[in-house]
Amino acid sequence: MKITLNIWRQTSPSDAGKMVKYELDNVSEHMSFLEMLDVLNEQLIGKGEIPVSFDHDCREGICGSCGFVINGVPHGPRRGTTVCQLHMREFKSGDELFLEPWRAAAFPVIKDLVVNRSAFDRIIQSGGFVSIPTGSAPDGNAIPVPKKDSDRAMSAATCIGCGACVAACPNASASLFTSAKVSHLGLLPQGQPERYDRAVKMVNQAKEEGFGGCTNIGLCEAVCPKNISLENIARMNRDFTVGAWTYREATAEGGAA
Amino acid sequence: MSATASGLARVSRFYEAPIGKKVVMAVTGLILVGFVLGHMAGNLQIYLPVGEDGVHPIDKYGALLHASEELLWGARLFLLGSVVLHIWSAIQLASAANAARPVRYVKQNNLNSSYASRTMYWSGPIVGLFIVYHLLHFTTGTVHPDYKYLSVYANVVKGFSVWYASAFYIVAMILLCMHLYHGVWSMFQSLGFNHPRYTPRLQFGAKAFAFLIAAGNISIPLAVLTGLVK
Repeated sequence: MKITLNIWRQTSPSDAGKMVKYELDNVSEHMSFLEMLDVLNEQLIGKGEIPVSFDHDCREGICGSCGFVINGVPHGPRRGTTVCQLHMREFKSGDELFLEPWRAAAFPVIKDLVVNRSAFDRIIQSGGFVSIPTGSAPDGNAIPVPKKDSDRAMSAATCIGCGACVAACPNASASLFTSAKVSHLGLLPQGQPERYDRAVKMVNQAKEEGFGGCTNIGLCEAVCPKNISLENIARMNRDFTVGAWTYREATAEGGAA
Repeated sequence: MSATASGLARVSRFYEAPIGKKVVMAVTGLILVGFVLGHMAGNLQIYLPVGEDGVHPIDKYGALLHASEELLWGARLFLLGSVVLHIWSAIQLASAANAARPVRYVKQNNLNSSYASRTMYWSGPIVGLFIVYHLLHFTTGTVHPDYKYLSVYANVVKGFSVWYASAFYIVAMILLCMHLYHGVWSMFQSLGFNHPRYTPRLQFGAKAFAFLIAAGNISIPLAVLTGLVK
């Protein structure tokens, strides 16, 4: 296969960056997309040029490290698939592809196709956890969980935090990511004590990070490699609204000082 | 903030977040959707035959709406407030979205997202301008060729006989159709209602509602232009 690549090259966060064209011959259809880039990088290194930087780790579609935009679609044309699990057989010889990093103010480009996704970590730190006593493991099935709740919680928990939802969203909103994290804890009994507080804190943190608001367009759901549903955003909206209106400060009367 | 934070602090805390703004958009949107439906139902009375007393039903309806100026102005201010809040939160959301994506993509692919959903920030302001024109046209009569207070039927026929006025109405209704096509289901999502069984039906219902409103309203200038209503 012969593939023409237009890749965003940017040497540093402060560099302006530009699209650079590369021609690649003898691409095997069995290669993964990242293997194809590995081949390109080998050639660039051979020529004494700087290889293209891109994030990757497990290459099994489960870690959330990889991802860039291929012809306007985060993670490329195959639905429910990360770019590391995308194979060249999805393309045909002669295709021209445009590779761009996630574009969002909250995801500054570090180099080429690599962006800084620390904003997601700070959203998690703001409330994406449950405060439970550690120690010996509780008995299995000691806490009953309705099947329909565990199903939805587990679906939400498949979010790998890759950032494709932000990249696809015309508002660069982190709502799908944030709502997946709000839902996967908020649907389970262990997550109930902090449920509304969590929604308020995480939503506010996402705003602080400079992500936009959700206008229900649905492109996030369309590109999500884990098929996270928009239903989670509705649940987050609900929990946030309840949390914001029922908010009260902790008081000494409760015995807590 | 104390445990019983003041109402104002609570409102601002809620409104600060994009979800708060979307809830305001949804609630005001719901009010405006209700108005649009009632307004169209009122408009369609243009097709009723003239009563035995020689007065057209739509003229009686106009008089009924003006029966109490206090109530009329109460309703007008309520709608105006909704419109202002709807626009204000839209402007803030749009500017946040703009700031959130300073660098655009070279290649854009909109996949399965609807054209209507991606152009809300265009259909909205144009419909907003249309409302201003519409008020100057049929409420104050400022831009009407021959306006007579409370002569609804005659005003409509004369107003729509001007072809470019009718054309603007038709274009505006197509844009309103697009705005409702996305907005009417979107407000439920913003308010936190989503269920795999009901949401697809709601989306279908929103589309049907949007087409119904546009078709009902567009029929009136067309009926005047074709001479069905004269």
